[in-house]
Amino acid sequence: MADTESLTENKSPIVSSKGEEDIIQIVGMHKWYGDFHVLKNINLKVKVQERIVVCGPSGSGKSTLIRCINRLEEHQKGQIIVNGIELTNDLKKIEEIRREVGIVFQHFNLFPHLTVLENLTLGPIWVRHTPKNEAEEMAMKYLERVKIPEQALKFPGQLSGGQQQRVAIARSLCMNPKIMLFDEPTSALDPEMIKEVLDVMVELAETGMTMIVVSHEMGFAKTVADRVIFMDEGEIIEQNEPHGFFDRPQHDRTKLFLSQILAH
Amino acid sequence: MSPSETEKNPAVTEDGDYLPGTHPDLPPPVFSRGPIGWIRANLFGSATDAALTLLAAYALYSVIPFLVDWMFVDAAFEGESRKDCRAVAEGACWAFIGNRLSLFIYGFYPEPERWRVDLSFVLLILAIVPVLYDGMPQRGKAVIYSYLYPFIAAWLLVGGFGLEYVPTDQFGGLMLNIVIGVTGIAFSLPIGVVLALGRQSNLPIVRILCVTFIEIIRGVPLITLLFVAAVMLSYFVPPGTNFDLLVRVLIMVTLFASGYMAEVIRGGLQAIPNGQYEAADAMGLTYWKSMRLVVLPQALKISIPGIVNTFIALYKDTTLVIVIGRLDILGIGNSSLADTKWQGLSTEVYIFVALFFFFSCFSMSRYSLWLEKKLHTGH
Repeated sequence: MADTESLTENKSPIVSSKGEEDIIQIVGMHKWYGDFHVLKNINLKVKVQERIVVCGPSGSGKSTLIRCINRLEEHQKGQIIVNGIELTNDLKKIEEIRREVGIVFQHFNLFPHLTVLENLTLGPIWVRHTPKNEAEEMAMKYLERVKIPEQALKFPGQLSGGQQQRVAIARSLCMNPKIMLFDEPTSALDPEMIKEVLDVMVELAETGMTMIVVSHEMGFAKTVADRVIFMDEGEIIEQNEPHGFFDRPQHDRTKLFLSQILAH
Repeated sequence: MSPSETEKNPAVTEDGDYLPGTHPDLPPPVFSRGPIGWIRANLFGSATDAALTLLAAYALYSVIPFLVDWMFVDAAFEGESRKDCRAVAEGACWAFIGNRLSLFIYGFYPEPERWRVDLSFVLLILAIVPVLYDGMPQRGKAVIYSYLYPFIAAWLLVGGFGLEYVPTDQFGGLMLNIVIGVTGIAFSLPIGVVLALGRQSNLPIVRILCVTFIEIIRGVPLITLLFVAAVMLSYFVPPGTNFDLLVRVLIMVTLFASGYMAEVIRGGLQAIPNGQYEAADAMGLTYWKSMRLVVLPQALKISIPGIVNTFIALYKDTTLVIVIGRLDILGIGNSSLADTKWQGLSTEVYIFVALFFFFSCFSMSRYSLWLEKKLHTGH
């Protein structure tokens, strides 16, 4: 536990007005792909309503990290506790956690054989056992929130990338999750569609959702994040509130990364 | 460019070009659309195409009139023997088929009980509709009937419980093909799905069992399996027990098709991107729910051509029961040829049998095309 403290308590104190309760606790977590050590001694606590942006060069393990939180990836060492439940091989517990954790993927992963509305109601009906008409009402509410209610009866293949990603966000929200994970939600989009997705994410952040976002959208990080985490080669190198992070990066690798990403 | 077009559009330069940003949508040139365009593109696209088109036209011209003449114009439809046919016409002697039609359809099924076969055919059609067409009203209830149909049909055909018992060795003709074909088709798909999922399972025992089963089935010819069903299985059941030969054949044919089906569906499963599994998992769906709601609908859709291919192969393989002494439509045809009154009419018999199989299989193939089109969701 001692090294946990030293890592999370960075040189500049983390400013957060959020709740005191940790909804995610990751302690001394390691992960390997075969012999390849992808995540090394990850220690991370996320408070309720906290908004975290994770950045870092490709292959740094940031996607793997958030995919460990809902067990799309299995960790081999250490502890992950989400919403008071520790992730183990117990399928029941995994499913319990997954009901509370929404994830938005880089490639949307909408179900192409179902209409937009059916995509949104699938989880509520089959996992939460919500009656169909109630689930559809809720789905329409979220579609309005992401501003595409008129697309409800279309198939995902008929929508633009930006629209598909907004549907994917609405689909996750329909499960009433306590935590939302975003795995590079805008990297597969054409430039003119990035804004419509980011706008939805900003609005979501304003509602007080706990969010962990893997992204290179530094503008989003500056306006929305409570904390920015920089990862490289499977380690959390540096974390800070956005102003401190962007204006006074401490670590050489962070400085290098920022100079590369902000250069253009 | 016609003067009227230029007048309509003021944003045209003196040379007749449109100013940038003002180009209207124009119809394609006349020779690239309509029937002329189609003929140009499809029949006379190049010198080779034109030559092939003419060659094909000549081939059709020399075959079709002869065929129509033989089959319809100069054919005999009534008569009691080959001699009667020849007396009226030189072409096909369909009277042969007509005289023996009931044998072709029912085999040796006792005549007073044949209404049961007719009834089970009618009920079969009623059972198939809700399965094939999801737009019908009250489909949920109708499908329950479809699930019950195999038991109803078995009772109708075999009898017992108030109906006279008909031993299965009296089944024959087209009815035997349909009994075996429909049973195989109805059961091989679900068994194939389970085998395909089992082959991908994380549990080693399940996986090894499924792989072994599939490989054994695929490694052995169907005829061998039918011989096993006819001869060897009786060594494994206690002496004196009567394990009906037709049931054994049904089991073997179903298992045989299931092995192929499993591989066809596995192909479909592998085409589903990992992201679909992940999205379903991330929602908290259990394994079976994510398979049923997310993965299988997509995998089966992709597999439709392969699945129908397997169905068609199975349906045609039903004629193989001839090797264990059961007479299906082809067997009845073969044995009919021995009749001295009708000698030398093998062409008619084989054309009749071929047409029966062709129309059954062709309708399956058409249905699958329609289904593929319907399930296409534009991506």
